[in-house]
Amino acid sequence: MIEAKGLTKHYGATIAVDDLSFTVPPGQVTGFLGPNGAGKSTTMRLILGLDAPDSGSVTVGGRPYAAWRRPLLAAGALLEAKAFHGGRTARNHLLCLADSNGISRARVDEVLDLVGLRSMARRRAGGFSLGMSQRLGIAAALLGDAPVVMLDEPVNGLDPEGVVWIRTLLRTLAAEGRTVLLSSHLMSEMAMTADRLVIIGRGRLIAQATMADFLAAGSGSSVTVRSPQARELAALLTARGATVTRQDGDTLAVTGSTPEEIGELARADGLTLTGLTADQATLEDRYMELTRDAADYRAASGEPATMRK
Amino acid sequence: MPATTTARRPPADLAPLFAGVLRSEARKLATVRSTTWAVVAAVAFNVIIAALLGALLPGHLSAHQKATIDSVRVSLGGLHLSQIAIGLLGVLAVTSEYSSGMIRATLAAVPRRRLLLTAKALVLTAAVAVTGIAACLAAYLAFQAFLPAGDAMRTTLTDPGVLRAVIGAGLYLTVLALLGFGLGAILRSSAGAVAVLFGVLFVPTLLTALLPSSWQDTLGPYLPMNAGDTIYTVRPESHMLQPWTGFGVFCLYAAAALAAGFVLIGRRDA
Repeated sequence: MIEAKGLTKHYGATIAVDDLSFTVPPGQVTGFLGPNGAGKSTTMRLILGLDAPDSGSVTVGGRPYAAWRRPLLAAGALLEAKAFHGGRTARNHLLCLADSNGISRARVDEVLDLVGLRSMARRRAGGFSLGMSQRLGIAAALLGDAPVVMLDEPVNGLDPEGVVWIRTLLRTLAAEGRTVLLSSHLMSEMAMTADRLVIIGRGRLIAQATMADFLAAGSGSSVTVRSPQARELAALLTARGATVTRQDGDTLAVTGSTPEEIGELARADGLTLTGLTADQATLEDRYMELTRDAADYRAASGEPATMRK
Repeated sequence: MPATTTARRPPADLAPLFAGVLRSEARKLATVRSTTWAVVAAVAFNVIIAALLGALLPGHLSAHQKATIDSVRVSLGGLHLSQIAIGLLGVLAVTSEYSSGMIRATLAAVPRRRLLLTAKALVLTAAVAVTGIAACLAAYLAFQAFLPAGDAMRTTLTDPGVLRAVIGAGLYLTVLALLGFGLGAILRSSAGAVAVLFGVLFVPTLLTALLPSSWQDTLGPYLPMNAGDTIYTVRPESHMLQPWTGFGVFCLYAAAALAAGFVLIGRRDA
């Protein structure tokens, strides 16, 4: 469990994290989403006590991370792929971290196996590709077998096989009851991996919800209807307050009405439907919608709108 | 594929072992090439220069010069080069963590930063003290070995001040490494800390040469290099501080840098 309350952090005149409160519960993969520069990495550094917040607090497993006496056993984190000395071998890098927290040598070899770096264990990490560096970083995050795991953009540089591997790994960790926080800017990846979402923009919380709730709440949810009597149906729907767009001969895109309502309406008036599909908004649609709103709001309030990339 | 073991790890709340942090820091120092290079360079500079001086110098000095020269200090002439290698080692012990990004992993593993820096400094001290004393003893012995039999510059370790100077030269290197370490912790940049370290060491001595001689005599002995030099000097010049006093002054410079490093590491964002 990670709990942030009112986290605020400035770097000079720039506000990186602004009164941010959220909870990351155990047993689920929580996706941490936001545009570049939204404050995701800063937030993760604040969680680990690497940077000190100007105000607010954050706990990991019920206490500030730095208050754990063997913190690698409380939370494992991957913050940046290359947080190692390139001259050291992969195994020595992990041994250095393991020693400081009383973690056994056997566990070091175990995580090297787990991330598929066994054959590279005695090579200098400086020669690693980005994908191999990510794996080494993930190995470090798993070293303490901790109940909390945080990964910042773990799939960067991984090949498709690695992407599937990390998805499976994160799902497994969550299924074991661990708290998993995953940041990524890859929407499709997030949609397949995360159960919950914490979305931030310009350091502020934009949304915090389960994936299902988040997708369902979109204003963009539309229904596609096909009917030989499309013209009549469109008139009926418009009269009921729905917004209808004619797409081609007999296909309508309807917003502001549910498939149930449309089906009922058609039956009552004896219209024939040849197709009726609810188009669930994708995570990307919903995300763009939300961050666009946030950007517009910022622009309207006189701040520069840098949300849209 | 099992994601994790089922074996219970020691809980996160167990007391951390300072020994574990020390072991971790010792491993860090031992597993980078820069350490090997610094140690090899320090020993090689010391021994090679001592051997060359022992072999070549006697033929070029008069009997009077041989009788008055500080031959022990001459035998440690390699220090001028080996101190650069050791100073660099001290700086890199901290700054390589910052330049590589390792510091984030390190501080996530050991969030108690002053404890971390203490462990790092202790490991560095032990490593450089052993290397430095060994390198200086080797230089002394190499010089003696290359001197012709019966040469007036010959000394033994039991002569007054000789053992103190030879061991002291090793201690000088150790404190120099700690000065570099402190500067590294303050500046967090290899280039910056190296520049300041050797600037502090060489520049004031050069600058005071431009001052009136009365100023030179008052200020000069307290400058870092002049103070540090006293510990490996057997025949001091009149204006020099006493060996242990001078060494004490040199230690104060290192202590000031370390203290600032300790204060700053606790306050700054990583």
